[in-house]
Amino acid sequence: MSQTTTPNTAAGGVADFLDTRLGASKAVRGLSRKLFPDHWSFMLGEIALYSFIVLLLSGTFLTLFFVPSMGMTTYEGAYAPLNNVPMSEAYASTLRLSFDIRGGLLMRQVHHWAALLFIASMTVHMFRVFFTGAFRKPRELNWMIGSVLALLGLGAGFSGYSLPDDLLSGNGLRIIDGVIKSIPVVGTYLSFFLFDGEFPGESIIPRLYIVHVLLIPGLILALVGAHLGLVFWQKHTQYPGPGRTNQNVVGFPLLPVYAAKAGGFFFVVFGIMALFGSFVSINSVWNYGPYDPSPISAGTQPDWYILFIDGALRLMPGWEWTVAGFTISFNILIPGLILPGLMTGILIAWPFLESWASGDRREHHVLDRPRNVPVRTAAGVAAIVFYTVLALAATNDLLATHLGLSINDITWTLRFTAILGPPIAFWITKRICLGLQRHDRELALHGRETGRIVRTADGEYFEVHEPLNEYDRWLLVQHDARRPIELPPDVDENGVARPGARKDRIRQKLSRWFYEDRIEPLTPSELAASHAEHEHALEAGEGEERPVVTTGR
Amino acid sequence: MKGLAARRRRPLATVVLLLMALVVTGAAYAVAAPTFANASTTAAGDVQRGRDLFVASCASCHGAQATGTRAAPSLVGVGAAAVDFQVSTGRMPLANTAPQAPRKPTEFTQQDVADLSAYVASLGPGPAIPEDQYLNLKTDDESLAKGAELFRVNCAMCHNVVGAGGALTRGKYAPPLEGVTPKQMYEAMVTGPQSMPVFNDANLSPTDKQDVISYLKYLEEQPSPGGFSLGSLGPVSEALFAWAFGIVVLIGAAVWLTAKSS
Amino acid sequence: MDTREQGGASSELVTRDEDGNLPDRFENPGPPPHRYRLADTDPKAAKNAERQVAALFGISILGTIFAIVAYFLFTPENTFASIKLSNTTLGLGLGLALLGIGLGAIHWAKTLMPDHEMTEMRHPMRGTDEDRTKALEVLETGAAESGIGRRPLVRNTLLGALALVGLPGIVLLRDLGPLPKDSLTKTLWAKGVRLTRDPDGKPIKAADVTRGSIFHVIPQGLNESERPLEEKAKAAVLVIRMDPNMIQEKDPAREGWDVDGIFAYSLICTHVGCPVALYEQQTHHLLCPCHQSTYDATQYCKVIFGPAKRALPQLPIAIDDEGYLVAQSDFKEPVGPSFWERG
Repeated sequence: MSQTTTPNTAAGGVADFLDTRLGASKAVRGLSRKLFPDHWSFMLGEIALYSFIVLLLSGTFLTLFFVPSMGMTTYEGAYAPLNNVPMSEAYASTLRLSFDIRGGLLMRQVHHWAALLFIASMTVHMFRVFFTGAFRKPRELNWMIGSVLALLGLGAGFSGYSLPDDLLSGNGLRIIDGVIKSIPVVGTYLSFFLFDGEFPGESIIPRLYIVHVLLIPGLILALVGAHLGLVFWQKHTQYPGPGRTNQNVVGFPLLPVYAAKAGGFFFVVFGIMALFGSFVSINSVWNYGPYDPSPISAGTQPDWYILFIDGALRLMPGWEWTVAGFTISFNILIPGLILPGLMTGILIAWPFLESWASGDRREHHVLDRPRNVPVRTAAGVAAIVFYTVLALAATNDLLATHLGLSINDITWTLRFTAILGPPIAFWITKRICLGLQRHDRELALHGRETGRIVRTADGEYFEVHEPLNEYDRWLLVQHDARRPIELPPDVDENGVARPGARKDRIRQKLSRWFYEDRIEPLTPSELAASHAEHEHALEAGEGEERPVVTTGR
Repeated sequence: MKGLAARRRRPLATVVLLLMALVVTGAAYAVAAPTFANASTTAAGDVQRGRDLFVASCASCHGAQATGTRAAPSLVGVGAAAVDFQVSTGRMPLANTAPQAPRKPTEFTQQDVADLSAYVASLGPGPAIPEDQYLNLKTDDESLAKGAELFRVNCAMCHNVVGAGGALTRGKYAPPLEGVTPKQMYEAMVTGPQSMPVFNDANLSPTDKQDVISYLKYLEEQPSPGGFSLGSLGPVSEALFAWAFGIVVLIGAAVWLTAKSS
Repeated sequence: MDTREQGGASSELVTRDEDGNLPDRFENPGPPPHRYRLADTDPKAAKNAERQVAALFGISILGTIFAIVAYFLFTPENTFASIKLSNTTLGLGLGLALLGIGLGAIHWAKTLMPDHEMTEMRHPMRGTDEDRTKALEVLETGAAESGIGRRPLVRNTLLGALALVGLPGIVLLRDLGPLPKDSLTKTLWAKGVRLTRDPDGKPIKAADVTRGSIFHVIPQGLNESERPLEEKAKAAVLVIRMDPNMIQEKDPAREGWDVDGIFAYSLICTHVGCPVALYEQQTHHLLCPCHQSTYDATQYCKVIFGPAKRALPQLPIAIDDEGYLVAQSDFKEPVGPSFWERG
């Protein structure tokens, strides 16, 4: 054992201890100067991560007092209207937690707000990753891990929503039971296995509890590790800009700037959630009373992330048939299982679908500006519109009372909107993207409008344009306009069908759909030509063919 | 440096927009949540004066003899309770055609209402105005718990567990119960106004009704322990807050965090 | 700058190579010039920033102290106001304690730590050709040494064993719950069982059910039954009374199932099982608050709107010697949401 340096401070002593046992110096040397690009949208995933840590901390406090049992007891405590009312241990302990444990209500509210914001921030993070194309090679696997994390988030949320065993969560479980029972062949059995017999049974709360506090958080923790590990290993993507290329990464080092910012941000996120928990009421379980199969509250809805399924259930017409003595309930199967399954499938498969259509096998570390990939952006917006319409449908009763409308009219309107809205949103978004691209091109070509109007000797008016500097221009011209792939003809010169031709035709179609409409970015020769022409036009004093000039201002 | 200037402006614009949105929502809520003042003392009614009032204000729809027309039902046998409820909550006279009569400030004095009630009661037997002994609010735990349970089983499906109201079919709705007087609640239960079913004394005894009313008033008087109640509408208003405020504040923090210091 | 003046200077806008040719694409101009912050150039501003950071950390300390004091000072009593006070003060203290640290650290990083962006090169994810060849060799050597290719018997039995080994895990799950058997088609209702009020179990006289009323009903003895919640989840019933002439098309099969216009229907929605408890006494429509399935009591609770398909099952009722409502039998079909074997 040879030591080249001898530590003579306490910190040095610790560092030496760790390095001689773990080789920590190599890791610290490598990681601490690692660069992270700085952009607000890169912090969205961090919000999700920090919300998750808040969930773990507040959730641990809750487990110290929550009793995950459906055994019957009576509540005795500060909430008068439930005193001496028979109820499950789970509900009674939630009430005690809320009213009789100092800080219990705060932790419950912080936990619930953090849960809503955990999934919301994951969603916004996914939007960012999707619309900027950050999922492209080499990050497809991390997109899949992220999608699974989002699904696990839904599972964690729903299992937690059910735990207090109040009227709201019990009716939520009742709906889940109905959805499970609709599964052909095995549905009834699955329901009996899940609930240990008939609904509601006495086992579902303890079962969901272990799913909620161990199974799902464990999986989330493991996958978050993999997710972050891949971000480190593959290095972060960056937005296009001067000095940023596909071969470099421009940003701030982990130590000290990024560590201070990210570490500080954790406290900010936690602090904001603590304030929400102290000032804004969430899931006031005492209002609902213990679960009982016959009562229900008007406005019974799930938490926001399940609203889309609930809304789909509301919008479906009553399609149910009995075939050969067996019941098939498409009115439940489609919105409850098929649709969410399909949406998840497309979500996870998207990176592969897109690379199949583009034929692009290169690594991408510079992000797309959403306008430069109109079809992807439009598809994303269409999906968001679809999702939002479904979620809105789940609030149709509240929309009816608060807007003074008929619930039946709202339902019918949303039925049509769910079908027509996404294609319309797609078309509009694509047009907007192409328009923005054209605008970018014009801007790069002619520069910014200055608002100064000049009169020529001929009495003509025109507005003076200020050319962009090369840094600003770079953002507008740096991207590739992707073209549809060209595939060999279906038959060779001898008229023999090429193997895989049919598949290729689909691929060709998909590729055309993606990349047919495009605006080529400005090239240097176009810019030079425009200026030369302009110069020429000036000398000749001709009015027309002067693209620099926009009239009418 | 125009680009940089624009970039620096943007976060502030986001915050300003957010604040504006908040103020607008808050103001809209304040406007949309009106309060009503209603008196509940009973006064002896004058049948003759009630008849005059009836002819002046009600007969055009309910008929000169209160036997009903095509536009409105007969009032024979509806009882004083129905009249007191409908008129004192401003539902009658109906202002214009709507899926159901909305609650609004009443045009009549207490004496007017009492006279009208007395007149209609004289037409045929029907539910009377509740006795004061059932309108006293109870405060013992047992009554409150009983009232809460009865409310959940019989009322919450339409009016929501804390009486925040809910939707019915085709534009009809179960109204919010905040600000409704105990007397009016009692009358609504015995007369079943509009879409609401009747809860007669065999279904909910007068004491049961008293318990339900006591529970609702207890809820109304107590502050929300967890902070702003967001209208007690459940997960949807929480969802709205999480997205319209929560996520926006968090993203605002992220924008500030990554913005270059001046 | 005027484009007219710029007109002749197009060569400044586009860089040509030595031969005077234009490149196909623009070239990345490299990082823009650095802009210095106030605190970089002005020591006063730096000192100010330092004070602000320290103040934020100070706020955090005060927040922590406040939270601890609030915990002991504002102990919740039996009132909502005291619970609210405790919750608000604790949360406020905690929130300030956390925000102080967070905002302070970020402000420190933004104003006082170096803000020169740095550049570092990426390496392609793909290994070098040499790495790939070596990795392949290692894998092949491993496969060859194990003999998995040469000994198919070992390989195939291993695959078989691995494919099967998970099965006990699935079999072990069998006891998660009992088999359904006929439990979904049976309820506590039977001939002569009295209709009683939910929740207290008081029997209901036919005369009590006046027009326009709705009664929420459970079978007699439910509260004393072995598993009241499971039984209630199937047996809950609502009873309404209407003019029998309101029925639009009389169903001869249901002749005698009502008692003089008193009808009993299952409370459980045939969609996914919420209680269909919203009764509009003027239209005789029943609305499910969960997904808005609407049933029309004048058509034997046929679905007239929403996602449900089947009508609410009707419970045939009669009147006993003492004038109480009783069931004639159990429901004639399974109640509640659809399931595969329902038929």
